[in-house]
Amino acid sequence: MNDLIQHLINGLAAGTIYALVALGYTMVYGVLKLINFAHGDVMMVGVYMGYATAGHLGREHQSTFLGATLVFLLSMAGCGLLGFLIERLAYRPLRDKSRLTSLITAIGISFTLSYGFQLDIGFLPGASPRAFPEIIKPHEWIVIGDHDVIIWNWQVISFLIAILLMLGLQILVFRTRFGRAMRAVSFDHRIAALMGIPVDRVIAFTFMLGSALAAGAGILYAIKDTAVQPLMGLYVGLKAFVAAVIGGIGHVPGAVAGAILLGLTEEFVVGYAGDVLRGLGAVLHLDSLGVGFTGSSWRDAVAFGFLIIVLLVRPEGIFGRVTAEKV
Amino acid sequence: MESVAAPRFSGVPGWLRGPLPILLSLPILALAQWATAQAPFLVYIASIVGVNVILAVSLNIVNGMTGQFSIGHAGFMAVGAYIAGKFSLETKDVYLPFMQSVAASDQLMFVFALLLGGAVAAVFGFLVGLPSLRLKGDYLAIVTLGFGEIIRVIVQNTEMFGRALGLSGIPQRSSIFMVMFWVFLTILAARRIASSAHGRSLLAIREDEIAAEAMGVNTTAYKVRAFVISAFFAGVAGGLFAHFVGIINPGSFTFVKSMEIVVMIVAGGLGSTTGSIVAAVFLTLLPEALRSIFTQLGGGDQTLAQRVDQIRMPIYGMLLVALMLLRPQGLFGTKEIWDVAPKWLSRRRKGMR
Repeated sequence: MNDLIQHLINGLAAGTIYALVALGYTMVYGVLKLINFAHGDVMMVGVYMGYATAGHLGREHQSTFLGATLVFLLSMAGCGLLGFLIERLAYRPLRDKSRLTSLITAIGISFTLSYGFQLDIGFLPGASPRAFPEIIKPHEWIVIGDHDVIIWNWQVISFLIAILLMLGLQILVFRTRFGRAMRAVSFDHRIAALMGIPVDRVIAFTFMLGSALAAGAGILYAIKDTAVQPLMGLYVGLKAFVAAVIGGIGHVPGAVAGAILLGLTEEFVVGYAGDVLRGLGAVLHLDSLGVGFTGSSWRDAVAFGFLIIVLLVRPEGIFGRVTAEKV
Repeated sequence: MESVAAPRFSGVPGWLRGPLPILLSLPILALAQWATAQAPFLVYIASIVGVNVILAVSLNIVNGMTGQFSIGHAGFMAVGAYIAGKFSLETKDVYLPFMQSVAASDQLMFVFALLLGGAVAAVFGFLVGLPSLRLKGDYLAIVTLGFGEIIRVIVQNTEMFGRALGLSGIPQRSSIFMVMFWVFLTILAARRIASSAHGRSLLAIREDEIAAEAMGVNTTAYKVRAFVISAFFAGVAGGLFAHFVGIINPGSFTFVKSMEIVVMIVAGGLGSTTGSIVAAVFLTLLPEALRSIFTQLGGGDQTLAQRVDQIRMPIYGMLLVALMLLRPQGLFGTKEIWDVAPKWLSRRRKGMR
């Protein structure tokens, strides 16, 4: 039982971080109908920005409240700028071309960032993983029993930050003039332009917003995972994308729900798939094949398996609406 | 649309027209085999180029001709490599008594291993092709990517395939003859598909899926078939790769490998077989050339040469972005080399349009 609660907590913590990244995907998809493949890598860049900022602050300042806030804000601002540049230089010129063109461009940017950061030329950090500084000093917040269930303070803090950012986003999208413009562009950007909405500016701002969220999520992820490396964005990004699709891409609460569902599923697979597989293996005599039975090594396959099932059974996602295709 | 006029050989009996190019290729390949017998490095480079050409041309059947965007080609390659490699490892010492020599028996077993690897990869192609019934564009891309990753995770967790260490000691039975023969076969298949009724249907799906369906093209069946054919050749390419490298591990078949192939076909022009070939040859030779140049310059100092490998991937990324911004149709677009090359090259085809 305690096991179950612990997995539940870990899954929730992971899910909220995926949710923040997934929101960026979903917003960009909403306004541009583009899967921003580079989103995860923008997140990775944000983590490195946080790493550099914390390094400059030094050990005694980085874990103060002010220092940690500075780390968050600076890397979010930096990533917002990066998102703006990517949109301006790479996506905007291609907006009226076929969607495949934008998709290939996005893959190209993703590659440039993730493999560019593996070089160790100039300011680029190189491929070896680094330990992310403890901008939140980890200590056990709640301990149940004899360390059966542990809730860490960073889990609570990142949960709160994630909820706060999501609430802010919800208010921005549904309660402000700008949010209304965003929704209008998402509905039909040509008509929105006719109505006097500055489409370019709205799209650019959406990109900046999504990238800033990604940076925040990335730092939370780095606090959880403690290791920083240039390829982290690729996998976290893909998983967040999967979460966005599960929830119905373009749907803001859907992305959050999908992400939490994914976080929980992954955690349970890691926790229990070993047992299930071992049981199955004993029944089906899989031992002779020598399939590995530790759950954690299957973690990466979970997201994609989940995605394929969702796409086959309900391609529009859990909350997505079925849209009829007009010929 | 591309011109797909089939070359006509007057005076060649009908039954010979099908296999004629293959028969013609055999002595040329034998000659190449004999000429390169003393140059192992050349054979190695040519084999890598050959494998990449097979991969690019086969991926082009799905991405270029059919217009579906698959980015998990390395997964099929992995299936072929592991199945063929495992088969050869298990049957290392099997000698077929009806063959004259051990070498000939080995070669026959090698062909069988390649076909087996290709066939299993084709089955996987069928399985991945199935979701393409319901998915389009970006979604399909992600599913193929996910499939490639799942294959890698499965292999990494399976004792039979050596987990993360992979398989080693695969008998090195590959030869320039065999690699080039399959290169030739792949290109021939791609060209013949393009100029057949089947290929026309694929092109119709690429141009407008709804219109194609309205014209009576069974889009689902054709898409799945394109996947199966493409996966088969990728599997064969994997098998060839396994048999000249001798060691395979999951690290050889990551997302990066898939992307390399995608870069090749995008650079060559989606839908252009000759474009894929040119780009595959060029993009394979370029890093190799740079590496040997840097090795020479560094006077045996390897660090500069190692840099080439590191810097290759970001450059591929930037190349993709630059291509999309400046020349989204790639080198040849959907045309073939003789459609864009100067007149003297295409003289043979004059009046055949």
